[in-house]
Amino acid sequence: MNAGKSEYLKIEHVCKTFGKGETRSEVLRDISLQVAKGEYIAIIGHSGCGKSTLLNIVAGLTEASSGYVFLEGREVHQPGPDRAVVFQNHSLLPWLTVYDNVRLAVDKLNSRKSSAERHEWTMRNLELVHMTHASKKRPGEISGGMKQRVGIARALAMSPKVLLLDEPFGALDALTRAHLQEEVMKIHAELGNTVLMITHDVDEAVLLSDRIVMMTNGPAAQIGELHEVALSRPRNRLELIADKTYIDSRARVLEFLHKKSHYVEAA
Amino acid sequence: MRGRLAHVAGVVLPPVLMLGLLGLVWQALCSHPGSSLPPPSKVIDDTWELIIHPLYDNGGIDKGLFWHLFASLKRVGTGYLLAASCGIALGVLIGSSKWAMRALDPLFQVLRTIPPLAWLPLSLAAFRDGQPSAIFVIFITSIWPIIINTAVGVRNIPQDYRNVARVLRLNGFEYFTTIMLPAAAPYIFTGLRIGIGLSWLAIVAAEMLIGGVGIGFFIWDAWNSSLISDIILALAYVGIIGFLLDRAVAFTGKLIGRGTVSI
Repeated sequence: MNAGKSEYLKIEHVCKTFGKGETRSEVLRDISLQVAKGEYIAIIGHSGCGKSTLLNIVAGLTEASSGYVFLEGREVHQPGPDRAVVFQNHSLLPWLTVYDNVRLAVDKLNSRKSSAERHEWTMRNLELVHMTHASKKRPGEISGGMKQRVGIARALAMSPKVLLLDEPFGALDALTRAHLQEEVMKIHAELGNTVLMITHDVDEAVLLSDRIVMMTNGPAAQIGELHEVALSRPRNRLELIADKTYIDSRARVLEFLHKKSHYVEAA
Repeated sequence: MRGRLAHVAGVVLPPVLMLGLLGLVWQALCSHPGSSLPPPSKVIDDTWELIIHPLYDNGGIDKGLFWHLFASLKRVGTGYLLAASCGIALGVLIGSSKWAMRALDPLFQVLRTIPPLAWLPLSLAAFRDGQPSAIFVIFITSIWPIIINTAVGVRNIPQDYRNVARVLRLNGFEYFTTIMLPAAAPYIFTGLRIGIGLSWLAIVAAEMLIGGVGIGFFIWDAWNSSLISDIILALAYVGIIGFLLDRAVAFTGKLIGRGTVSI
């Protein structure tokens, strides 16, 4: 496998259409993107532009109409734990405890390891998101932010090659969201995950990512612009408020979303 | 302590008072000479032997009420357990396969409207014996709500849970045990509860026709001997046991459903 650094995850000419004949609608048109190992990518665009469809195609949950997705040089055909998804609505199984939700993934993927090792790995991932104190609680007994933490722990426990975050903090209040963003940054710094995150929050995109993929409006959404966020890590939200690069990046994304996203197709 | 006592009294007193009130009304209505139904005092008087000797056994069908109820429960238990296992299996099948649903659903929708007793002559013809026929009637009565509710439950498993299973690459068996059964449990147990209720309804009618030991035939036999008080006592037992069966299934649901079944 001679996948170069810049070709860790490769999305090539992906198109997606739903339906047939009269009701046919083109959602994604010719999306190509290369992601390096350890890179944090944010995909931003107006709602309904097909961001989630793109993420689902990378996850293997949806099949592309044409085009390919390669991970480490291998084509992606179906979902798998190497592309763990953190779903927008956390998708925890309500009949299992926090611990068992994570343990389910650990048990499935480490069937050859001993029970003690699996327990340790489960607890370690719960520790990463600071949820060990609630390990015996059911999802119904914890807050939305905590559920999302457990969702992240479950995904991390799969030791994925790529972590796919589908608007992970979209349903949370601003303070909880900020808190979780910090934790995701810490985890990313510690583990060096490759991340693909969907968001519609400009600040979140600039704060967290190395590159921002801006999608044009659907139907037939395309990648409008790519923007490199040239900020060093670790990043501090408060220090960045007055940072020129931060302000510029933010301005550029905002400008795209409010002015350009409509016109790219015509251009 | 006083608060607790007051709470218990608040829960227990209203039904007890209501029962007493209804008893008094009944007593007043049926006490006059020539009344076609006995008042409660006479019911207890007439059936005192049956109440205090539920376990006597003089052979044949001359047994205590315990034995009659036990025989009925055995029939219901057998038929119902068969219906539960077949019903859940069929429900999972038509819930997860579009083609199985298209093929079987119309058939089930027609069959489920057939009244329980209408099956009895046919099953007597097929089995040539009362015992399996009664069990078959229980089976065929209780299976439909179990199938239909299980199928709805399986169809309604949220896409999110399926996606979790797909990302983890759970195999068919793992999906069945870790996702499908718990996710569909609230629906399955709704079906099981309706099913046990219907079984208990059907057994009394079926036993009246097949005869032998059983609470249904006990009631029919009492009617033929004009022992109206015996009938009333038997009805009270039938009602209480029906209630207990329902609670037992609900309790099992709570136990197995791990918090997802709220009954």
